Amino acid sequence: MEASAEAQSRFEAVVANEQRVEPRDWMPDAYRATLVRQIAQHAHSEIIGMQPEGNWLTRAPSLRRKAILLAKAQDEAGHGLYLYAAAETLGVDRAELTEKLIDGRQKYSSIFNYPTLTFADVGVIGWLVDGAAICNQVPLCRCSYGPYARAMVRICKEESFHQRQGYELLMTLMAGTEGQRRMVQDAVDRWWWPSLMMFGPPDGASPNSERSMAWRIKRHSNDELRQRFVDMTVPQAEILGVTLPDPALAWNEERGSWDFGEPDWSELMQVIKGQGPCNAQRIDRRRAAHEDGAWVREAASAYAAKHGRKGSAQ
Amino acid sequence: MTDDHVYLSLADAAGEPDGEARWAYGTGFADPLLGVDAAPPEGVDPADLAAYCLMLGDDALVLSQRLIQWITRAPELEEEVALANLGLDLLGQARRLLTRAGQLDGTGRSEDELAYWREDFEYRNVRLVELENGDFAQCVARLLMFATARGELYRRLTGHADPVLAAVAALGVKELAYHREYAHSWTVRLGDGTEHSRQRMQAAVDALWPWLDELFTPHEAELRLGVDPSELRDTVLAGLAEVLDEATLSVPEAAPRAYVNGRAGRHGVHTEALGPLLAELQVVARAHPGATW
Repeated sequence: MEASAEAQSRFEAVVANEQRVEPRDWMPDAYRATLVRQIAQHAHSEIIGMQPEGNWLTRAPSLRRKAILLAKAQDEAGHGLYLYAAAETLGVDRAELTEKLIDGRQKYSSIFNYPTLTFADVGVIGWLVDGAAICNQVPLCRCSYGPYARAMVRICKEESFHQRQGYELLMTLMAGTEGQRRMVQDAVDRWWWPSLMMFGPPDGASPNSERSMAWRIKRHSNDELRQRFVDMTVPQAEILGVTLPDPALAWNEERGSWDFGEPDWSELMQVIKGQGPCNAQRIDRRRAAHEDGAWVREAASAYAAKHGRKGSAQ
Repeated sequence: MTDDHVYLSLADAAGEPDGEARWAYGTGFADPLLGVDAAPPEGVDPADLAAYCLMLGDDALVLSQRLIQWITRAPELEEEVALANLGLDLLGQARRLLTRAGQLDGTGRSEDELAYWREDFEYRNVRLVELENGDFAQCVARLLMFATARGELYRRLTGHADPVLAAVAALGVKELAYHREYAHSWTVRLGDGTEHSRQRMQAAVDALWPWLDELFTPHEAELRLGVDPSELRDTVLAGLAEVLDEATLSVPEAAPRAYVNGRAGRHGVHTEALGPLLAELQVVARAHPGATW
């Protein structure tokens, strides 16, 4: 539909005045497409992100830790549901987005393509991965698109709780046996650099950033958020008693921030291109669940059609 | 509005102090039994009561572990959420019951010592809950059978002389009512859905039906405690028949699975499925003896 000049200027005014764009408002096609891409990717990340930690659900070494991890997995499935619902307000549907995920047309956060090798990974994911996610996501609570912003408020609250639980697990392990402390350091060594890369490529190499900033979808550059994460995390690592695996890490008095080394971007590019340790495994699991469940979803639809009400499955 | 300092903004958005409200689905870890009198009731043998709590606790723990194995494999995201929720409920029941068993049996073992450091022949769950998951129809059929029977049992136990058991049952009644409703709705949708789903749902009910009888077969401790599970049989079977009828399925006429020298799950004689389940559950804890998690 051709936009009237009036609709266009109304949209621009809403964004410029920090008001919210709502589903029935006119919006530029490219704005809609950017949001669909970003929200879908975020929803997929929540769902795929259940797998690395889910790997430890059956083996959690205390019933309390098992309950905490199970509640977290449940939260993540819930986050996926809110986010798919937010995407649906833009005129796409969940089934279509799921198809795009499992045939590789849409992406999810590359962090979930790394393996979880010990129970300490559960704590480190909570601390570093959820911590980085929070840095990325808190600004989204003020995103210009209303349904996304509102979903993010709730999601951020729960993510911050997960982060604290992760940190509390690590504190417990660091106060434990030599074996437990070794597990924590090993997990930190493996997850530190991938966590820094969660903020995306350096500003100079981030093609979509500028327009998203203008639309108030994005608020801070990748490098700003990365710096914020490092500044927040270094003191936490000290309290914990772990060493962050970066010899270049040093306090910069002048900037009032921590200097840090350059992540291995070529490794990140490999993971993004599908060559990460777990890319195939994660998608295979998601595809298997989707395909194995097809007969169940069909049955629910058939039942709903017969009985004139909607089944809870799609 | 505050700028995007991570924690300031969070506090701003949350508008509430840290704590329980941050959980998506209200999963508290405060002990709901706090303040309930923990002394064993008069006229009840603590060893029998401990054995009974262990049976019920092991049922809940093992079925919870089976539900957890569904996570990331469910047919739809709503089912991921629901199965996790059911698993959490059962895990909560298991923790309270195992804790109670450890208080009463004189060993003072914690929930974790009981869960992680017993061998499979020391587990007291019925065999129904330990069987391999199978497909979603089997998941639903097992939930329907277990929740119908356990809900009815908890309803009766809310008046038990042991205040702790009565409190566990009172909490559990509401949870099991939801589990049964969930299983009921899916039994009906699959049974009365497509021809393919009807066949699969019937096959699942047929496969699990022979294991149902063990839930109604009394252990000697149950008889001494006056909680004979055979009294549940008629009510539970009638409830199941009603759901199966609504789902256009037939009630199987299958003979119960035999015992081994008169012994089954309640006496620690299990199927081959339990060993691997426990090996997985216990592996990390056993690799770090004495560690705190």
